[in-house]
Amino acid sequence: MELGKVVELLGGTVVVSKKDGAFDITAVCTTDMMSDVLRFARRGELLVTSLNQPQVIRTAEIADIPVVVVVLGKKIGKEMIEMAEKMSITLLSTSLPMFTVCGMLYAKGLKSCVNGR
Amino acid sequence: MGDNKGPVEGCFQLMGGAFANAGTASSELKIVLTNLGVPQDITRRAAIAAFEAEMNVIIHAIAGTLHYEITPERIHIDITDMGPGIEDIELAMREGYSTAPDWVREMGWGAGMGLPNIRKNADTFKIDSVPGEGTTLEIDIFLSGGRNADNK
Repeated sequence: MELGKVVELLGGTVVVSKKDGAFDITAVCTTDMMSDVLRFARRGELLVTSLNQPQVIRTAEIADIPVVVVVLGKKIGKEMIEMAEKMSITLLSTSLPMFTVCGMLYAKGLKSCVNGR
Repeated sequence: MGDNKGPVEGCFQLMGGAFANAGTASSELKIVLTNLGVPQDITRRAAIAAFEAEMNVIIHAIAGTLHYEITPERIHIDITDMGPGIEDIELAMREGYSTAPDWVREMGWGAGMGLPNIRKNADTFKIDSVPGEGTTLEIDIFLSGGRNADNK
């Protein structure tokens, strides 16, 4: 799924846009625990989280995750935005809850990062 | 890492509790490996292992160092900290076991996956710890002939 379709589907806001961001997202990692991202996520996946800490961006960069979606309309602070800009991570915000975001993405054919289930 | 060059090395000082800079050493290691042309999957494994180890120092220790050495054969990373040490290493290696305080969990860490994640991504793994003094961790990721981690 292209990034624009993700944004449209979730009614989200693009907080930081990676300049060369042409994505084809096929799988999603959903967690608030950063070690779970490092353990289960695969390169090129979408991360859905309710955590609005700069460490989310650092973790995405280490794990080669190009897009992070912060749910529940959580306020995204200056530090997180600056880190996303520096690390070329696309950062999206949506007011939807995590359950709904995952359901919508799953219904459109995206799979879990864990064995595609 | 070139034919006639020595190893590429780097060393970082880590400060316990310094979350604002947490991960800087691992990000810089990742950039070095990328610039050296190390394959993406190996770079990713090294970065993840280094990051988990770096976070352990930030979360649990007073201070520590992360040192890496890259040769044509392998990436060697050693992390030494002045921290509380680990009483039961076997227990600490179990997924889900954590002694991190609640405020660390609220920042997305402390799931008890750190050491297992490091071991999973490394080709060699050695840990020594003295309770009350600190912990030393040494890992290698081979640039050829190593096992393949399943979380590429």
